[in-house]
Amino acid sequence: MESSGDDVARIRREIQALKDEKACIEQKISVLEAQLQETASLAPQLQQNGDVCNGSCPPITAVGANMAHGLSADSIYRYSRHLLLPSFGVQAQSNLLKSSILVVGAGGLGSPALLYLAACGVGRLGVVDHDVVELNNMHRQVIHTEAYIGQPKVKSAAAACRAINSTIQIVEHKEALRTSNALEILSRYDIIIDATDNAPSRYMISDCCVVLGKPLVSGAALGLEGQLTVYNYKGGPCYRCLFPTPPPTTACQRCSDSGVLGVVPGIIGCLQALEAIKMASAVGEPLSGRMLLFDALSARIRIVKIRGRSVQCEVCGENTTFNQQQFKDFDYEKFTQSPLSTSPPKLKLLAPDSRITSKEYKGRIVAGEAHVLVDVRPEHHYRIVSIPKSLNIPLASLEARLSEISAALKQEQEQEGTGSGANLYVICRRGNDSQRAVQYLHNKGFNLAKDIVGGLESWVHDVDPNFPMY
Amino acid sequence: MQLTLEFGGGLELLCESVKVHNVNVDLPKGAEKLTMRDLLSWVRTNLIKERPEMFMKGESVRPGVLVLVNDCDWELSGQLDTTLEEKDVVVFISTLHGG
Ligand SMILES: [Zn+2]
Repeated sequence: MESSGDDVARIRREIQALKDEKACIEQKISVLEAQLQETASLAPQLQQNGDVCNGSCPPITAVGANMAHGLSADSIYRYSRHLLLPSFGVQAQSNLLKSSILVVGAGGLGSPALLYLAACGVGRLGVVDHDVVELNNMHRQVIHTEAYIGQPKVKSAAAACRAINSTIQIVEHKEALRTSNALEILSRYDIIIDATDNAPSRYMISDCCVVLGKPLVSGAALGLEGQLTVYNYKGGPCYRCLFPTPPPTTACQRCSDSGVLGVVPGIIGCLQALEAIKMASAVGEPLSGRMLLFDALSARIRIVKIRGRSVQCEVCGENTTFNQQQFKDFDYEKFTQSPLSTSPPKLKLLAPDSRITSKEYKGRIVAGEAHVLVDVRPEHHYRIVSIPKSLNIPLASLEARLSEISAALKQEQEQEGTGSGANLYVICRRGNDSQRAVQYLHNKGFNLAKDIVGGLESWVHDVDPNFPMY
Repeated sequence: MQLTLEFGGGLELLCESVKVHNVNVDLPKGAEKLTMRDLLSWVRTNLIKERPEMFMKGESVRPGVLVLVNDCDWELSGQLDTTLEEKDVVVFISTLHGG
Protein backbone atom coordinates (compact mmCIF):
# COMPACT_ATOMS: atom_id res chain seq x y z
CA MET A 1 0.00 0.00 0.00
CA GLU A 2 2.91 2.28 -0.64
CA SER A 3 1.14 4.22 -3.34
CA SER A 4 -1.71 5.20 -1.01
CA GLY A 5 0.86 6.41 1.51
CA ASP A 6 2.36 8.57 -1.23
CA ASP A 7 -1.11 9.87 -2.06
CA VAL A 8 -1.71 10.88 1.51
CA ALA A 9 1.60 12.72 1.65
CA ARG A 10 0.90 14.46 -1.67
CA ILE A 11 -2.59 15.54 -0.61
CA ARG A 12 -1.24 16.82 2.71
CA ARG A 13 1.41 18.85 0.89
CA GLU A 14 -1.21 20.25 -1.45
CA ILE A 15 -3.49 21.22 1.45
CA GLN A 16 -0.61 22.91 3.21
CA ALA A 17 0.38 24.82 0.08
CA LEU A 18 -3.21 26.01 -0.40
CA LYS A 19 -3.45 27.03 3.26
CA ASP A 20 -0.25 29.04 2.95
CA GLU A 21 -1.61 30.73 -0.14
CA LYS A 22 -4.91 31.46 1.62
CA ALA A 23 -3.15 32.97 4.64
CA CYS A 24 -1.10 35.10 2.31
CA ILE A 25 -4.22 36.40 0.54
CA GLU A 26 -5.99 37.10 3.84
CA GLN A 27 -2.96 39.01 4.98
CA LYS A 28 -3.05 41.16 1.82
CA ILE A 29 -6.76 41.77 2.31
CA SER A 30 -6.33 42.97 5.88
CA VAL A 31 -3.53 45.31 4.87
CA LEU A 32 -5.73 46.76 2.12
CA GLU A 33 -8.66 47.07 4.51
CA ALA A 34 -6.50 48.93 6.99
CA GLN A 35 -5.39 51.26 4.19
CA LEU A 36 -8.98 51.76 3.13
CA GLN A 37 -9.98 52.58 6.66
CA GLU A 38 -7.20 55.11 7.03
CA THR A 39 -8.09 56.79 3.75
CA ALA A 40 -11.75 56.84 4.71
CA SER A 41 -11.10 58.42 8.10
CA LEU A 42 -8.86 61.06 6.53
CA ALA A 43 -11.58 61.99 4.07
CA PRO A 44 -14.94 61.70 5.77
CA GLN A 45 -16.56 64.00 3.23
CA LEU A 46 -15.63 61.47 0.57
CA GLN A 47 -17.56 58.84 2.42
CA GLN A 48 -20.60 61.04 2.90
CA ASN A 49 -20.77 61.71 -0.78
CA GLY A 50 -21.03 58.01 -1.37
CA ASP A 51 -17.68 57.51 -3.10
CA VAL A 52 -16.85 54.98 -0.43
CA CYS A 53 -19.95 53.13 0.61
CA ASN A 54 -19.84 50.39 3.17
CA GLY A 55 -23.11 48.76 2.38
CA SER A 56 -25.79 48.46 -0.21
CA CYS A 57 -27.15 51.80 0.92
CA PRO A 58 -28.15 54.35 -1.65
CA PRO A 59 -25.97 57.45 -1.31
CA ILE A 60 -28.03 60.39 -0.19
CA THR A 61 -27.00 63.88 0.75
CA ALA A 62 -28.15 65.76 3.78
CA VAL A 63 -29.75 68.37 1.58
CA GLY A 64 -33.46 68.40 2.23
CA ALA A 65 -33.19 66.13 5.25
CA ASN A 66 -33.63 67.36 8.79
CA MET A 67 -31.22 65.64 11.19
CA ALA A 68 -30.29 67.13 14.56
CA HIS A 69 -27.89 64.27 15.40
CA GLY A 70 -24.54 63.71 13.74
CA LEU A 71 -25.32 60.37 12.13
CA SER A 72 -24.39 60.00 8.47
CA ALA A 73 -26.77 58.50 5.97
CA ASP A 74 -24.75 55.30 5.97
CA SER A 75 -24.87 55.15 9.74
CA ILE A 76 -28.62 55.63 9.78
CA TYR A 77 -29.05 52.71 7.43
CA ARG A 78 -26.49 50.46 9.10
CA TYR A 79 -27.83 51.00 12.64
CA SER A 80 -31.49 51.42 11.66
CA ARG A 81 -32.69 48.52 13.84
CA HIS A 82 -31.10 50.21 16.85
CA LEU A 83 -32.64 53.54 15.93
CA LEU A 84 -36.06 51.93 15.70
CA LEU A 85 -35.88 50.83 19.34
CA PRO A 86 -37.80 53.40 21.40
CA SER A 87 -35.62 52.69 24.44
CA PHE A 88 -32.40 53.03 22.44
CA GLY A 89 -32.88 55.26 19.43
CA VAL A 90 -30.76 58.00 17.88
CA GLN A 91 -29.41 59.38 21.15
CA ALA A 92 -28.05 56.05 22.44
CA GLN A 93 -26.58 55.19 19.04
CA SER A 94 -24.75 58.46 18.75
CA ASN A 95 -23.47 58.04 22.33
CA LEU A 96 -22.18 54.63 21.28
CA LEU A 97 -20.48 56.03 18.18
CA LYS A 98 -18.66 58.56 20.37
CA SER A 99 -17.56 55.96 22.95
CA SER A 100 -14.40 53.91 23.27
CA ILE A 101 -14.18 50.41 24.73
CA LEU A 102 -11.13 48.24 25.42
CA VAL A 103 -11.34 44.45 25.46
CA VAL A 104 -8.47 42.80 27.32
CA GLY A 105 -8.08 39.29 25.91
CA ALA A 106 -9.20 38.02 22.50
CA GLY A 107 -10.06 34.52 23.75
CA GLY A 108 -13.28 32.76 24.64
CA LEU A 109 -14.89 35.80 26.29
CA GLY A 110 -13.29 38.46 24.13
CA SER A 111 -14.27 36.82 20.83
CA PRO A 112 -18.04 37.31 20.97
CA ALA A 113 -17.66 40.57 22.92
CA LEU A 114 -15.49 42.07 20.16
CA LEU A 115 -17.76 40.86 17.36
CA TYR A 116 -20.83 42.51 18.89
CA LEU A 117 -19.01 45.67 19.92
CA ALA A 118 -17.66 46.11 16.40
CA ALA A 119 -21.04 45.39 14.86
CA CYS A 120 -22.99 47.74 17.13
CA GLY A 121 -20.88 50.77 16.30
CA VAL A 122 -18.59 51.54 19.23
CA GLY A 123 -16.58 54.47 17.92
CA ARG A 124 -13.17 53.19 18.97
CA LEU A 125 -12.63 49.57 19.88
CA GLY A 126 -9.31 48.39 21.30
CA VAL A 127 -8.09 44.85 21.80
CA VAL A 128 -5.13 43.69 23.91
CA ASP A 129 -3.59 40.23 23.59
CA HIS A 130 -0.08 38.82 23.24
CA ASP A 131 -1.05 35.29 22.24
CA VAL A 132 -1.26 33.54 18.87
CA VAL A 133 -4.23 31.60 17.50
CA GLU A 134 -4.05 27.84 18.10
CA LEU A 135 -6.16 24.97 16.81
CA ASN A 136 -7.38 24.17 20.34
CA ASN A 137 -8.79 27.72 20.62
CA MET A 138 -11.16 27.36 17.69
CA HIS A 139 -13.98 25.60 19.57
CA ARG A 140 -14.73 28.71 21.62
CA GLN A 141 -12.73 31.66 20.31
CA VAL A 142 -15.14 32.17 17.46
CA ILE A 143 -13.65 35.42 16.19
CA HIS A 144 -10.63 33.56 14.78
CA THR A 145 -10.60 31.45 11.63
CA GLU A 146 -8.36 28.53 10.67
CA ALA A 147 -6.40 30.72 8.27
CA TYR A 148 -5.04 32.66 11.27
CA ILE A 149 -3.62 29.71 13.17
CA GLY A 150 -0.13 30.67 14.28
CA GLN A 151 -0.79 34.40 13.83
CA PRO A 152 -1.36 36.98 16.60
CA LYS A 153 -4.88 36.92 18.05
CA VAL A 154 -4.99 40.71 17.99
CA LYS A 155 -4.39 40.76 14.26
CA SER A 156 -6.97 38.07 13.62
CA ALA A 157 -9.57 39.70 15.88
CA ALA A 158 -9.00 43.16 14.37
CA ALA A 159 -9.38 41.80 10.84
CA ALA A 160 -12.66 40.11 11.79
CA CYS A 161 -13.97 43.32 13.39
CA ARG A 162 -12.99 45.37 10.34
CA ALA A 163 -14.71 42.86 8.09
CA ILE A 164 -17.94 43.42 10.03
CA ASN A 165 -17.68 47.17 10.40
CA SER A 166 -15.12 49.19 8.46
CA THR A 167 -16.56 52.50 9.68
CA ILE A 168 -15.27 52.29 13.25
CA GLN A 169 -11.74 52.59 14.54
CA ILE A 170 -10.11 49.32 15.64
CA VAL A 171 -6.94 49.65 17.70
CA GLU A 172 -4.53 46.71 17.99
CA HIS A 173 -2.45 46.35 21.16
CA LYS A 174 -0.29 43.33 20.39
CA GLU A 175 1.31 43.02 23.80
CA ALA A 176 0.75 41.47 27.20
CA LEU A 177 -0.93 43.84 29.65
CA ARG A 178 1.55 44.68 32.44
CA THR A 179 1.73 47.29 35.17
CA SER A 180 4.24 49.08 32.94
CA ASN A 181 1.82 49.63 30.03
CA ALA A 182 -1.65 49.21 31.56
CA LEU A 183 -2.16 52.82 32.70
CA GLU A 184 -1.19 54.17 29.32
CA ILE A 185 -3.38 51.72 27.35
CA LEU A 186 -6.48 51.78 29.60
CA SER A 187 -6.45 55.58 29.92
CA ARG A 188 -7.35 55.86 26.23
CA TYR A 189 -10.75 54.18 26.69
CA ASP A 190 -14.05 54.96 28.47
CA ILE A 191 -14.96 51.40 29.44
CA ILE A 192 -12.79 48.33 30.05
CA ILE A 193 -13.81 44.71 29.50
CA ASP A 194 -11.87 42.07 31.39
CA ALA A 195 -11.86 39.00 29.16
CA THR A 196 -8.66 37.51 30.55
CA ASP A 197 -8.17 34.07 32.01
CA ASN A 198 -6.10 34.38 35.18
CA ALA A 199 -6.23 35.81 38.70
CA PRO A 200 -3.27 38.26 38.61
CA SER A 201 -4.62 39.92 35.45
CA ARG A 202 -8.02 40.32 37.09
CA TYR A 203 -6.54 42.12 40.13
CA MET A 204 -4.27 44.22 37.92
CA ILE A 205 -7.04 45.34 35.56
CA SER A 206 -9.43 46.14 38.41
CA ASP A 207 -6.81 48.16 40.31
CA CYS A 208 -5.89 50.03 37.13
CA CYS A 209 -9.56 50.85 36.51
CA VAL A 210 -9.91 52.20 40.08
CA VAL A 211 -6.81 54.37 39.70
CA LEU A 212 -8.06 55.71 36.37
CA GLY A 213 -11.74 55.89 37.40
CA LYS A 214 -13.00 53.60 34.61
CA PRO A 215 -15.93 51.18 34.85
CA LEU A 216 -14.96 47.53 34.37
CA VAL A 217 -17.09 44.76 32.90
CA SER A 218 -15.72 41.56 34.35
CA GLY A 219 -16.63 38.12 33.02
CA ALA A 220 -15.28 34.65 33.67
CA ALA A 221 -16.10 31.14 32.51
CA LEU A 222 -14.86 27.66 33.28
CA GLY A 223 -16.25 24.24 32.63
CA LEU A 224 -20.01 24.73 32.41
CA GLU A 225 -20.30 27.85 34.56
CA GLY A 226 -19.92 31.56 34.05
CA GLN A 227 -19.89 34.72 36.18
CA LEU A 228 -20.42 38.36 35.31
CA THR A 229 -20.48 41.72 37.09
CA VAL A 230 -19.60 45.39 36.64
CA TYR A 231 -16.95 46.84 38.96
CA ASN A 232 -16.01 50.39 39.88
CA TYR A 233 -19.17 51.91 38.42
CA LYS A 234 -20.44 55.10 40.09
CA GLY A 235 -19.30 54.24 43.61
CA GLY A 236 -19.91 50.50 43.27
CA PRO A 237 -17.49 47.87 44.53
CA CYS A 238 -14.19 46.97 42.87
CA TYR A 239 -12.78 43.47 42.43
CA ARG A 240 -10.78 43.82 45.63
CA CYS A 241 -13.81 44.90 47.66
CA LEU A 242 -15.18 41.43 46.89
CA PHE A 243 -11.94 39.50 46.99
CA PRO A 244 -9.47 41.37 49.23
CA THR A 245 -7.30 38.26 49.61
CA PRO A 246 -6.33 36.23 46.53
CA PRO A 247 -7.49 32.60 46.51
CA PRO A 248 -4.94 29.81 46.91
CA THR A 249 -3.36 28.94 43.55
CA THR A 250 -4.84 25.44 43.73
CA ALA A 251 -8.29 27.05 43.51
CA CYS A 252 -7.45 28.87 40.26
CA GLN A 253 -8.31 26.40 37.54
CA ARG A 254 -7.54 27.17 33.93
CA CYS A 255 -9.59 26.25 30.85
CA SER A 256 -6.46 24.57 29.48
CA ASP A 257 -6.47 22.18 32.44
CA SER A 258 -10.09 21.83 33.46
CA GLY A 259 -11.80 22.28 30.10
CA VAL A 260 -14.64 24.58 29.10
CA LEU A 261 -17.71 24.11 26.92
CA GLY A 262 -17.17 26.60 24.10
CA VAL A 263 -20.59 28.22 24.17
CA VAL A 264 -20.35 29.05 27.91
CA PRO A 265 -17.70 31.81 27.59
CA GLY A 266 -19.60 32.74 24.41
CA ILE A 267 -22.69 33.54 26.47
CA ILE A 268 -20.75 35.43 29.14
CA GLY A 269 -18.78 37.35 26.47
CA CYS A 270 -22.05 38.42 24.82
CA LEU A 271 -23.36 39.62 28.19
CA GLN A 272 -20.12 41.56 28.71
CA ALA A 273 -20.67 43.30 25.38
CA LEU A 274 -24.24 44.06 26.44
CA GLU A 275 -23.20 45.63 29.77
CA ALA A 276 -20.54 47.71 28.00
CA ILE A 277 -23.04 48.83 25.35
CA LYS A 278 -25.54 49.86 28.05
CA MET A 279 -22.95 52.01 29.82
CA ALA A 280 -21.51 53.47 26.61
CA SER A 281 -24.92 54.44 25.27
CA ALA A 282 -26.28 55.45 28.70
CA VAL A 283 -29.32 53.19 28.63
CA GLY A 284 -30.59 50.75 31.25
CA GLU A 285 -29.12 49.73 34.54
CA PRO A 286 -25.62 48.25 34.65
CA LEU A 287 -24.97 45.04 36.59
CA SER A 288 -23.16 46.89 39.36
CA GLY A 289 -23.56 45.72 42.96
CA ARG A 290 -25.05 42.55 41.53
CA MET A 291 -23.49 39.43 40.08
CA LEU A 292 -24.84 37.08 37.44
CA LEU A 293 -24.09 33.40 37.96
CA PHE A 294 -24.70 31.12 35.00
CA ASP A 295 -24.96 27.35 35.30
CA ALA A 296 -25.20 25.74 31.87
CA LEU A 297 -25.98 22.19 33.03
CA SER A 298 -29.08 23.12 34.99
CA ALA A 299 -29.96 25.96 32.58
CA ARG A 300 -30.11 28.48 35.40
CA ILE A 301 -29.15 32.11 35.65
CA ARG A 302 -29.10 33.57 39.10
CA ILE A 303 -28.60 37.25 39.82
CA VAL A 304 -27.42 37.94 43.33
CA LYS A 305 -26.90 41.10 45.33
CA ILE A 306 -23.30 41.67 46.32
CA ARG A 307 -21.69 44.03 48.82
CA GLY A 308 -21.12 47.68 47.94
CA ARG A 309 -17.80 49.49 47.98
CA SER A 310 -15.82 48.43 51.03
CA VAL A 311 -14.64 51.22 53.32
CA GLN A 312 -11.59 49.11 54.14
CA CYS A 313 -10.72 48.28 50.53
CA GLU A 314 -6.98 48.73 50.04
CA VAL A 315 -7.45 50.16 46.57
CA CYS A 316 -10.78 52.01 46.48
CA GLY A 317 -11.57 52.36 50.20
CA GLU A 318 -11.86 55.53 52.24
CA ASN A 319 -8.33 55.81 53.58
CA THR A 320 -6.49 54.33 50.66
CA THR A 321 -3.34 55.90 49.30
CA PHE A 322 -3.18 53.60 46.30
CA ASN A 323 -2.16 55.67 43.29
CA GLN A 324 -0.67 55.31 39.83
CA GLN A 325 2.89 54.96 41.09
CA GLN A 326 1.92 52.24 43.56
CA PHE A 327 0.05 50.48 40.81
CA LYS A 328 3.14 50.52 38.61
CA ASP A 329 5.25 49.08 41.43
CA PHE A 330 2.75 46.43 42.51
CA ASP A 331 3.81 42.82 41.90
CA TYR A 332 0.58 41.02 40.89
CA GLU A 333 2.29 37.72 40.23
CA LYS A 334 3.71 37.68 43.73
CA PHE A 335 0.40 38.85 45.25
CA THR A 336 -1.56 36.00 43.66
CA GLN A 337 1.34 33.54 43.50
CA SER A 338 0.54 32.83 39.88
CA PRO A 339 1.85 34.01 36.50
CA LEU A 340 0.18 36.74 34.42
CA SER A 341 0.57 34.69 31.28
CA THR A 342 -1.52 31.59 30.69
CA SER A 343 1.49 29.29 30.50
CA PRO A 344 1.24 26.63 33.18
CA PRO A 345 3.85 26.60 35.94
CA LYS A 346 6.87 24.32 35.59
CA LEU A 347 7.55 22.56 38.87
CA LYS A 348 11.01 21.43 39.94
CA LEU A 349 10.50 19.08 42.86
CA LEU A 350 13.00 16.34 42.07
CA ALA A 351 16.75 15.87 41.82
CA PRO A 352 18.02 15.36 38.24
CA ASP A 353 18.83 11.68 38.92
CA SER A 354 15.13 11.08 39.64
CA ARG A 355 14.08 12.25 36.21
CA ILE A 356 14.60 11.17 32.62
CA THR A 357 13.75 12.88 29.36
CA SER A 358 11.14 11.49 26.98
CA LYS A 359 13.93 10.71 24.49
CA GLU A 360 15.84 8.71 27.09
CA TYR A 361 12.64 6.88 27.96
CA LYS A 362 12.08 6.03 24.29
CA GLY A 363 15.64 4.64 24.21
CA ARG A 364 14.82 2.36 27.12
CA ILE A 365 11.72 1.03 25.40
CA VAL A 366 13.76 0.29 22.27
CA ALA A 367 16.43 -1.43 24.38
CA GLY A 368 13.74 -3.68 25.85
CA GLU A 369 14.34 -2.57 29.43
CA ALA A 370 12.07 -4.18 32.03
CA HIS A 371 9.91 -1.36 33.38
CA VAL A 372 6.46 -0.15 34.34
CA LEU A 373 5.07 3.18 33.10
CA VAL A 374 2.48 4.74 35.41
CA ASP A 375 0.33 7.50 33.91
CA VAL A 376 -1.01 9.66 36.76
CA ARG A 377 -3.43 11.79 34.73
CA PRO A 378 -7.16 11.75 35.58
CA GLU A 379 -9.06 8.90 33.96
CA HIS A 380 -10.92 11.15 31.48
CA HIS A 381 -7.57 12.48 30.23
CA TYR A 382 -6.22 8.92 29.86
CA ARG A 383 -9.25 8.04 27.76
CA ILE A 384 -8.33 10.75 25.23
CA VAL A 385 -4.94 9.23 24.44
CA SER A 386 -2.17 7.29 26.20
CA ILE A 387 1.17 5.59 25.63
CA PRO A 388 0.65 1.84 24.95
CA LYS A 389 1.10 -0.51 27.92
CA SER A 390 1.02 2.32 30.45
CA LEU A 391 -0.87 1.84 33.70
CA ASN A 392 -3.36 4.60 34.59
CA ILE A 393 -3.39 5.44 38.28
CA PRO A 394 -4.61 9.04 38.74
CA LEU A 395 -2.58 11.08 41.22
CA ALA A 396 -5.61 11.44 43.50
CA SER A 397 -5.93 7.67 43.90
CA LEU A 398 -2.22 6.84 44.02
CA GLU A 399 -2.21 6.32 47.78
CA ALA A 400 -4.96 3.70 47.58
CA ARG A 401 -3.50 1.86 44.59
CA LEU A 402 0.18 1.40 45.47
CA SER A 403 -0.27 -2.37 45.54
CA GLU A 404 -1.13 -2.32 41.82
CA ILE A 405 2.25 -0.76 41.12
CA SER A 406 4.04 -3.36 43.22
CA ALA A 407 2.18 -6.14 41.41
CA ALA A 408 2.96 -4.67 37.97
CA LEU A 409 6.64 -4.32 38.84
CA LYS A 410 6.78 -7.92 40.06
CA GLN A 411 5.05 -9.25 36.96
CA GLU A 412 7.33 -7.28 34.64
CA GLN A 413 10.40 -8.54 36.46
CA GLU A 414 9.27 -12.18 36.17
CA GLN A 415 8.40 -11.81 32.49
CA GLU A 416 11.69 -10.26 31.55
CA GLY A 417 13.65 -12.58 33.83
CA THR A 418 15.93 -9.80 35.02
CA GLY A 419 17.53 -10.15 38.40
CA SER A 420 17.93 -6.47 39.11
CA GLY A 421 14.23 -5.59 39.16
CA ALA A 422 12.04 -3.56 36.85
CA ASN A 423 12.31 0.23 36.66
CA LEU A 424 9.40 2.51 37.43
CA TYR A 425 8.59 5.59 35.35
CA VAL A 426 5.81 8.10 35.90
CA ILE A 427 4.26 10.34 33.26
CA CYS A 428 1.51 12.97 33.18
CA ARG A 429 0.41 15.67 30.75
CA ARG A 430 3.05 18.35 31.36
CA GLY A 431 5.43 16.92 33.94
CA ASN A 432 4.15 18.53 37.16
CA ASP A 433 1.87 15.86 38.62
CA SER A 434 4.42 13.16 37.67
CA GLN A 435 6.95 14.89 39.93
CA ARG A 436 4.44 15.05 42.78
CA ALA A 437 3.75 11.33 42.24
CA VAL A 438 7.45 10.38 42.18
CA GLN A 439 8.05 12.35 45.36
CA TYR A 440 5.23 10.44 47.02
CA LEU A 441 6.47 7.10 45.64
CA HIS A 442 9.98 7.75 46.99
CA ASN A 443 8.47 8.32 50.43
CA LYS A 444 6.63 5.02 50.13
CA GLY A 445 9.79 3.06 49.33
CA PHE A 446 9.64 3.04 45.53
CA ASN A 447 13.15 4.46 45.37
CA LEU A 448 13.70 3.74 41.68
CA ALA A 449 10.71 5.82 40.55
CA LYS A 450 11.59 8.50 37.99
CA ASP A 451 9.41 11.09 36.30
CA ILE A 452 9.48 11.78 32.58
CA VAL A 453 10.43 15.43 32.23
CA GLY A 454 7.76 17.52 30.51
CA GLY A 455 5.28 14.63 30.30
CA LEU A 456 3.31 13.81 27.18
CA GLU A 457 3.97 17.31 25.86
CA SER A 458 7.66 16.53 25.59
CA TRP A 459 6.84 13.07 24.20
CA VAL A 460 5.00 14.78 21.32
CA HIS A 461 7.72 17.38 20.94
CA ASP A 462 10.79 15.16 21.10
CA VAL A 463 9.73 11.60 20.30
CA ASP A 464 6.46 11.16 18.44
CA PRO A 465 5.07 14.24 16.65
CA ASN A 466 2.08 12.18 15.53
CA PHE A 467 0.97 11.45 19.08
CA PRO A 468 -2.30 13.40 19.54
CA MET A 469 -2.03 16.29 21.98
CA TYR A 470 -4.86 18.15 23.65
CA MET B 1 -34.05 23.18 60.16
CA GLN B 2 -34.61 22.54 56.44
CA LEU B 3 -32.06 24.31 54.28
CA THR B 4 -31.01 24.16 50.64
CA LEU B 5 -27.26 24.34 50.16
CA GLU B 6 -25.71 24.85 46.74
CA PHE B 7 -22.10 24.58 45.69
CA GLY B 8 -20.69 26.05 42.48
CA GLY B 9 -17.62 27.27 40.64
CA GLY B 10 -15.86 23.97 41.33
CA LEU B 11 -16.68 23.70 45.06
CA GLU B 12 -19.13 20.89 44.21
CA LEU B 13 -16.07 18.74 43.50
CA LEU B 14 -15.40 18.73 47.25
CA CYS B 15 -18.79 17.12 47.92
CA GLU B 16 -18.87 14.30 45.41
CA SER B 17 -19.81 16.59 42.50
CA VAL B 18 -23.32 17.15 43.86
CA LYS B 19 -24.32 20.78 43.47
CA VAL B 20 -27.62 20.95 45.35
CA HIS B 21 -28.08 19.48 48.83
CA ASN B 22 -31.40 19.58 50.65
CA VAL B 23 -30.41 19.15 54.26
CA ASN B 24 -31.81 19.12 57.74
CA VAL B 25 -29.54 20.85 60.24
CA ASP B 26 -30.20 20.61 63.96
CA LEU B 27 -29.71 23.66 66.19
CA PRO B 28 -26.59 23.44 68.33
CA LYS B 29 -27.35 22.20 71.87
CA GLY B 30 -28.90 24.94 73.97
CA ALA B 31 -28.94 27.44 71.08
CA GLU B 32 -32.08 29.22 69.97
CA LYS B 33 -30.96 30.06 66.45
CA LEU B 34 -28.73 28.71 63.74
CA THR B 35 -25.99 31.02 62.47
CA MET B 36 -23.76 30.77 59.41
CA ARG B 37 -20.92 29.94 61.82
CA ASP B 38 -22.82 26.86 62.93
CA LEU B 39 -23.74 25.94 59.38
CA LEU B 40 -20.15 26.15 58.12
CA SER B 41 -18.98 23.79 60.81
CA TRP B 42 -21.89 21.45 59.96
CA VAL B 43 -20.98 21.55 56.24
CA ARG B 44 -17.34 20.90 57.03
CA THR B 45 -18.27 17.80 59.03
CA ASN B 46 -21.14 16.42 56.96
CA LEU B 47 -20.69 17.44 53.32
CA ILE B 48 -17.06 18.15 52.50
CA LYS B 49 -15.53 14.85 51.50
CA GLU B 50 -12.06 15.96 50.47
CA ARG B 51 -9.52 18.81 50.66
CA PRO B 52 -11.36 20.87 53.33
CA GLU B 53 -8.71 23.59 52.94
CA MET B 54 -10.25 24.28 49.53
CA PHE B 55 -13.47 25.26 51.30
CA MET B 56 -12.54 26.75 54.65
CA LYS B 57 -9.84 28.82 56.25
CA GLY B 58 -10.08 29.17 60.01
CA GLU B 59 -13.74 29.28 60.93
CA SER B 60 -14.79 31.05 57.72
CA VAL B 61 -14.65 30.21 54.01
CA ARG B 62 -11.33 30.46 52.15
CA PRO B 63 -10.49 33.57 50.11
CA GLY B 64 -12.21 33.53 46.71
CA VAL B 65 -15.45 31.94 47.92
CA LEU B 66 -18.65 34.00 47.83
CA VAL B 67 -21.39 33.08 50.29
CA LEU B 68 -24.95 34.00 49.37
CA VAL B 69 -27.89 33.70 51.73
CA ASN B 70 -31.13 33.86 49.74
CA ASP B 71 -29.28 35.36 46.76
CA CYS B 72 -27.65 38.03 48.88
CA ASP B 73 -23.95 38.43 49.74
CA TRP B 74 -23.48 37.36 53.39
CA GLU B 75 -21.36 40.50 53.93
CA LEU B 76 -24.71 42.34 53.90
CA SER B 77 -26.30 40.14 56.55
CA GLY B 78 -23.49 39.84 59.07
CA GLN B 79 -21.20 37.16 57.62
CA LEU B 80 -20.63 34.40 60.20
CA ASP B 81 -23.27 35.92 62.50
CA THR B 82 -26.03 35.75 59.87
CA THR B 83 -29.05 34.01 61.38
CA LEU B 84 -30.66 31.36 59.22
CA GLU B 85 -34.38 30.71 58.92
CA GLU B 86 -36.36 27.67 57.85
CA LYS B 87 -36.13 27.00 54.05
CA ASP B 88 -33.26 29.43 53.49
CA VAL B 89 -31.07 28.86 50.42
CA VAL B 90 -27.33 29.18 51.01
CA VAL B 91 -24.99 29.24 48.00
CA PHE B 92 -21.23 28.74 48.19
CA ILE B 93 -19.53 29.72 44.97
CA SER B 94 -15.87 29.83 44.05
CA THR B 95 -14.91 32.79 41.90
CA LEU B 96 -13.85 31.80 38.38
CA HIS B 97 -10.84 33.22 36.53
CA GLY B 98 -11.03 31.40 33.22
CA GLY B 99 -12.02 32.75 29.86
ZN1 LIG C 1 -12.41 48.22 46.31
